[in-house]
Amino acid sequence: MSLQVFLLLAAALFCVGVYGALSQQSIVMLMMGLELMFNGITVAASAFWAYVGPGSPSDQVVVVVAVVAMAVEMAVGFAVTTAIFRARDVDMTDMAADLKQ
Amino acid sequence: MDAVVFWALAAGATVLAVAVFVVDSMARATFALLGSFLLAAGEIILLGLAYLGVVIVVMMIMEMVIMAVFMVMYMMNPAGLMPMSMVHNQRGALVIAGGVFAALAAGIFLIPWPTQGTHSSGADATFDLGKVLMGPHMLTMMLLGITLFATMIVTVSLAAARGRYDRLGDDLEGGSRQ
Repeated sequence: MSLQVFLLLAAALFCVGVYGALSQQSIVMLMMGLELMFNGITVAASAFWAYVGPGSPSDQVVVVVAVVAMAVEMAVGFAVTTAIFRARDVDMTDMAADLKQ
Repeated sequence: MDAVVFWALAAGATVLAVAVFVVDSMARATFALLGSFLLAAGEIILLGLAYLGVVIVVMMIMEMVIMAVFMVMYMMNPAGLMPMSMVHNQRGALVIAGGVFAALAAGIFLIPWPTQGTHSSGADATFDLGKVLMGPHMLTMMLLGITLFATMIVTVSLAAARGRYDRLGDDLEGGSRQ
């Protein structure tokens, strides 16, 4: 096994996440895309830990930060969804586009 | 052996990740995402980070079960009885995602990575992580703690129902109500 194949897996997960975050209309489905992007980041950081710079613990710290960011993203995302749904019955991004201009 | 495990986990993780945006029901999408996370955590364990891999497994199972509840709440298509397509600008998104993947893959194979052999000793890795989080990376740890605390306050205050004071202000009789 080599660093490249692990990074390739990470890139694949990240890009599926990019597609989801860009294309989904439902706010919760959009958040699943963001979670997939974080998933790719954890795999990439672990691969860096294993192959680049033998066992430096800073790479593990990146994984910890990514995991915390995932949890925060989901919690705040659902809170915002709930807030905008209570206020305006909106659960799709296109219906909340009045800040666009 | 490791290669077989890697490719099996990688294929499964990628297929399930794609399935998230293909299946008809948001509940199924949630569990496809959970499967993708579990297989990716398997890759992390395969790399020798047993502790972080298991942390991700435990955390993602809880997170996705909670997410499934919210999915059912906001699901416009319960039980996937009808085909569901809620996408905008799908072609653009596909092009951008494909472009990002091509750029990342080109970088991955073109950059001469400074590989210095493998490092695989699970117990040491966990010990190193604990020592570095309580030592040189203490600031990171403290910021994470504060962030999580702020998240708790923000989520509760955002998601709480508006009370009569939010709607009416001090004028509880509703004179200025719109």
